[in-house]
Amino acid sequence: MHIMWFTERAYHYLPEEEVLKRRSFFGVPNTFFDAQKGSQLLNQYLDEKIYSDELGFDGVMLNEHHGTPFCMGAVMDVEAAVLARATKRVRIVLLGNPIPTVANPLRLAEELAMIDMISGGRLVPGWVRGAGSEQLANNANPAYNREYFDEAHDLILAAWTRPGPFRWESKHFHFRFVNPWVLPLQKPHPPIWIPGLISPETVKWCAAHKYPYVALATMLKPTLEMWDLYTAEAAVHGYQAGPENFGYLQPIFVHETEEKADELGKNFLFGGGFANFARPEWMFPPGYNSKEATRRLASLYANPNLPGKTLVPQHLHSMNDIAAIKKAVYDNYESSKESLQIITGTPKSVIPKLRKVLEVLRPGIFSFWLDGPSPREDRLTCLKLLGTEVLPAVREIGKELGLADPFQIAPGSRPLAASGRPERVGSPEALAAI
Amino acid sequence: MAETSHKEETFRVGETELRVIKGGQGKPLLVFHGELGFPGWLQWLDVLARKRTIWIPLHPGFGKTPMASWIMNMRDLGAFYARFIREQKLAPVDVIGFSLGGWLAAEMAIANSAQFSKMVLVGATGLRPPSGEIMDMFTRTARGYLNASVIDSRNNPEFAKLFGGEQTPEQFEAWEDARAETARIAWAPYMYTQSMPELLANVAGLPTLILWGKQDPVVPLSAGELYHQKIAGSKLVTFDNCGHMPEVEKPADFIKAIESFLG
Repeated sequence: MHIMWFTERAYHYLPEEEVLKRRSFFGVPNTFFDAQKGSQLLNQYLDEKIYSDELGFDGVMLNEHHGTPFCMGAVMDVEAAVLARATKRVRIVLLGNPIPTVANPLRLAEELAMIDMISGGRLVPGWVRGAGSEQLANNANPAYNREYFDEAHDLILAAWTRPGPFRWESKHFHFRFVNPWVLPLQKPHPPIWIPGLISPETVKWCAAHKYPYVALATMLKPTLEMWDLYTAEAAVHGYQAGPENFGYLQPIFVHETEEKADELGKNFLFGGGFANFARPEWMFPPGYNSKEATRRLASLYANPNLPGKTLVPQHLHSMNDIAAIKKAVYDNYESSKESLQIITGTPKSVIPKLRKVLEVLRPGIFSFWLDGPSPREDRLTCLKLLGTEVLPAVREIGKELGLADPFQIAPGSRPLAASGRPERVGSPEALAAI
Repeated sequence: MAETSHKEETFRVGETELRVIKGGQGKPLLVFHGELGFPGWLQWLDVLARKRTIWIPLHPGFGKTPMASWIMNMRDLGAFYARFIREQKLAPVDVIGFSLGGWLAAEMAIANSAQFSKMVLVGATGLRPPSGEIMDMFTRTARGYLNASVIDSRNNPEFAKLFGGEQTPEQFEAWEDARAETARIAWAPYMYTQSMPELLANVAGLPTLILWGKQDPVVPLSAGELYHQKIAGSKLVTFDNCGHMPEVEKPADFIKAIESFLG
């Protein structure tokens, strides 16, 4: 099992009201950014990653967002380059580079190759379409998002594997001389993992490419359904999916007492948490969604009572009552814990909860997610307890459940049963027992 | 007032099945809808349809006419319609273009002004306004954009008829289609052709009427004035206390201006 941890590198010296009144982190004016504090925070986050290398984590996971205090890692590859040199063992897992927003995929291929070189072959790159707001922040035409994604992906892989120099002509990218001289250390290229919020289109695309799919803290039931979709598509492509094809990101807050862990857990909901990542007009820019996804959204809009829409009740969206919005956000805390969307406690109390998640999803890749405006010392305590007490226990559970990671079993290498029918990877029975 | 009967017909243009709303009688009048699609049969269409056969093609990718992936900019879309006009033997035809549809008409007139007999531009995009900027539809919801494009969205019966009430899933989907196709052809630079001021010299000789809401919050009047300045012999008519939709906000004045121009 590959065990790593993740944090958005949030800028949280921000009045919570500024987010709540906009129902959005994206769009909060950058006049609230204090460069001194930002500098201190960015270094703190890097130090945490370096510390986790000493603690025995298998990987550190980074991501990228633009124009938002939700995540200061607007150029993740810069952080990855620092970590490539400053860490010794951990894999540097980038989930992921928003390739449709990168105007020059060749430049990205070169950056990543350099990171792989400097780290001694510890890079795991990943690709995302980028959130809707990313398209606006980078002025990347959302109507061509899928086309950019496919073409940039193909160009990066070609740059890494096809002997140069060669010419590249696709619908959107035109390069007359592709011949990068720094190529990745890992051959034929670094392993690629894809994170996501369980969009069926992406899940099927991953299965077709034999790329492990890492679900980002999604609800367990629909996540299991996506595992089934991946497994079915994998069978179409002639292989049996296994734990090595799946990963999961789990928000978790550990401290010496339950109360202290709850303090950290509640901070995760700062500003409404991910539910207030961005407003609909920024989350769904024109053409960003497929026709099918647009239809799903249309039915959501027509039926505000359907679940999974927003943490803040609809009737509060037109109100300026910050206190009421805040209460609605934090009222959600206990139910998030019950559904295991957030896990909190002491090392001893979180391990059985983690076991439940692992039994349901059976992922070969597992990432802890630590976030929220908690003090530096508390974050370090959480990280230390995760690394020294929780991680070894999770590793044992992984062994017991046979959760192989992509470095133990190459994704796509399991043979399909002679019948052609794939075996399910996750466990609905375990979910029913929760 | 009873609505003139109109129906949808399909015409093949190359590989594309173009859907066209047709109604009325007499000489053809081509209508190019704007960036959120054809909003519906309005009062001014009823009046004009008494003397003219109205042709309203529904642009490729805007929902009813399928997307043509080769259309990536306004020149492509203009060339698509040039073929349609040629094959349907409509030329020279009178044309009215609204907002993005006005940009389309201007772009076609630049390429070949002889395909039109008269041209009306209503709050047309296509030029970078010398002062102010074109309101960005892509950082708003469709509904938010519409509401912001007129002076008074709350007290206008025709606006309410078109866009009022709860948003239906069908309406949401149609708007999303329209927004996606507009993004494909007009994302950046946003809603204009950089060379347009120079190229408009090619429109000389085509009788052109430019209609504009004085307080247009979407395309500032300065763009209308620039169209007027660059198209020799054109006429600019403005409506006071009016935003981006004079056909909805000032229907009587709008109809009068169009009728006196088209004859």
